[in-house]
Amino acid sequence: MTLILIFAIFPTIYSMFFAMSRVRFTGDGLKFRFVGFRNFSKQFFGTDQVHFLGRTEPVSILAMIIFAVIVVSVLVWLYRSRKIATWVGMLGRTVSASMAIFLAWVLCASLLSGNSIGTLYTTLFYVLVGCGIQFVIGTGLAFICSQPIHGKNFFRVIFFIPLMVTPLGVGYAMKMIADITKGPFEPLLRLFGIENWVWSADAWSARLVMVVGDSWQWIPFIFICMLAALENVPQDHVEAAQVDGASSMQIFREITWPQVVPVAVTVLLIRAVEAFKIVDLPNIMTGGGPGTATESMTLHSLFVWRANDMGTSAAIGYLLLILTVIVCASFFNYVVLGRLRRTKA
Amino acid sequence: MSDASFKFEKSGRSLMERLFEPPAIGKMSLVAKIVAYSLLAIWSVFVLFPIYWVIITSFKDAAAVNQGPFYIPFFDFQPNLDAWRAQFNIDRFCDLTSILRQVYLLVHNSFVFVVSPVISLNPMELQICKIYLAFTNSVVISVVSTTLCVAVGSMAAYALARVQYKPKFGNILVFVALLVLVIVATTYAGVPWWASSTVALAMFFFLVRSVGRYFKMRLSNNDILFWIISQRILPPIVVVIPVYVMFQAVGLLDTHLALIILYAVANLPIVVWLMHDFFANVPIELEESAQLDGATRFGIFWEIVLPLTRPGLAATTLLILVLNWNEYLFAVFIATVKVQTMPIMVAAKNAGEKGVFWWEMSAIIVVMIIPVIIMSILLTKFISKGVLQGAMKG
Repeated sequence: MTLILIFAIFPTIYSMFFAMSRVRFTGDGLKFRFVGFRNFSKQFFGTDQVHFLGRTEPVSILAMIIFAVIVVSVLVWLYRSRKIATWVGMLGRTVSASMAIFLAWVLCASLLSGNSIGTLYTTLFYVLVGCGIQFVIGTGLAFICSQPIHGKNFFRVIFFIPLMVTPLGVGYAMKMIADITKGPFEPLLRLFGIENWVWSADAWSARLVMVVGDSWQWIPFIFICMLAALENVPQDHVEAAQVDGASSMQIFREITWPQVVPVAVTVLLIRAVEAFKIVDLPNIMTGGGPGTATESMTLHSLFVWRANDMGTSAAIGYLLLILTVIVCASFFNYVVLGRLRRTKA
Repeated sequence: MSDASFKFEKSGRSLMERLFEPPAIGKMSLVAKIVAYSLLAIWSVFVLFPIYWVIITSFKDAAAVNQGPFYIPFFDFQPNLDAWRAQFNIDRFCDLTSILRQVYLLVHNSFVFVVSPVISLNPMELQICKIYLAFTNSVVISVVSTTLCVAVGSMAAYALARVQYKPKFGNILVFVALLVLVIVATTYAGVPWWASSTVALAMFFFLVRSVGRYFKMRLSNNDILFWIISQRILPPIVVVIPVYVMFQAVGLLDTHLALIILYAVANLPIVVWLMHDFFANVPIELEESAQLDGATRFGIFWEIVLPLTRPGLAATTLLILVLNWNEYLFAVFIATVKVQTMPIMVAAKNAGEKGVFWWEMSAIIVVMIIPVIIMSILLTKFISKGVLQGAMKG
């Protein structure tokens, strides 16, 4: 047991040392030189700023106004919650609020001012948009499959297949499919007269292709969990409602949905944690390009790592860890628990 | 329940009603049926098309891939087995000696896996059929590490579900502080790792007796569970160098044992998490009555709890097996020559400036998918039941 503990805990602490030092390979192994938090601050203030935060230099007036609105609303939320929260809860809320303000500032300064976004928001884009699409489609398919239809088991096996393919294989398969000159969609593009359109040359279309590839692999996961949850909803409740003449929309909203919410939240959380670590797909399909448009934080960390700068790589990993923990914990505490509290009250 | 299909007996239903309202409870209306089946069909095409494309690409040659999209074998292009032949027999003759060689290699591999940390055998002939080597490596590593991981993880999960642990916060602080000291001593002062860790272990037992009693704060099972889960959040790229250094120090680089331990530890959080839910759902009265009858704790676990959670166990095992089978990042760092696994073979077909050998890569991907799909079809019944129980715990 101690051995496992060491195996689990040692790399985490050891990589903290990497994050705080400049590491070099020498003849007799690794050489460390302690540099404190310089690896971290380099991400925010150094020349690498373009990578992590995006370009934030000219801030437009509109973005300033939006930023101010967001800050005020977050502060109001913080101020109003001082009565219901304990001391520890207040500390957590302050952390979440400062994270929200920081994210809002980056959003306003980069995207809303018309500048390019950095790896931070690319990662968030993959997580938010990807998880949203995957959750909606996965739940929808699971809902259809939970209805009385024929061939349920057949569809279940078919839909489960993408999860079995190695992520590397998914990356290469998607690259084959999305190839615009030799891929299967080439005649289709010619039909619409856009054969000169290159998805990998435009930042947003490239990001969208990443999300599609990611969804192809991960919708089955949400599908299988949500199907299990939906099939566990007692059928007699649904039938009773049907006899009473409720429409199927009402039945779904009032009876089915409340019973599957806990599972949905767990599944969404697991998926989000994994989605923050997306690396294979952008690495294989675009290599992070055009420019750094599709580069997620993990991929950036990998590139820095390849350039033998392990300290910075570990620092990016830790930034990602902090981001993931705060976002997921905030989501869980305020959205999920808040919802539960409201339904109880 | 004979009248479960209770009919709406309405005389003179209009056309719209007949289309949109379900004819009976537990049935679907015509429009709903059409929409549902067409959505399912569309999604099946979306899911299956990339798989189909990979499969037909594995039967193409360079010309068929490069001259534009061809869709249907024998109609668009002439399929051939070049890619498969290039993978499976280097000398292009599937004669007896090469098959015997593969069998020998397989036995040799299993043997090396057991003794590799202790004795180093002469290096294998790596030129013959790398893919057989990689396949056996992958099978051995993923099966053994999955077994290890599920065994250890389910026991830990059962303990967490049934026994209340109250570790002292102070002890954990001491442990972490000593670990930090060991790392500092080893990396900055150049003390050999075994000396520093032995000293630290001795100091740990000494300090636990003395310092431990000054800390009153205790942790509960939920804290332990959360800590275990949080291990999954850190991106693997961050821990790969420490792991490399660790295995270098122990001298286990490029052995089966290193990858087995690594995969088992990396997937332990998932097993503990899922199995904890399953075990918590087992009614405790069963175990209490068994305890009254004089069964030991291990006996209860083995005879009563495990059979009850067999679906969950199957689902978890399959999930871990798939994750181990597909793991790439750790493998590419730890396994350099002797224990290359299948995902490395896939990546190796991207030959840099010569371009990607799509056809050969597709063949390997197909080889990788087939065993997992067979496993999943065999276990589908188990999975749907298993997730059903665990998921409702939320």
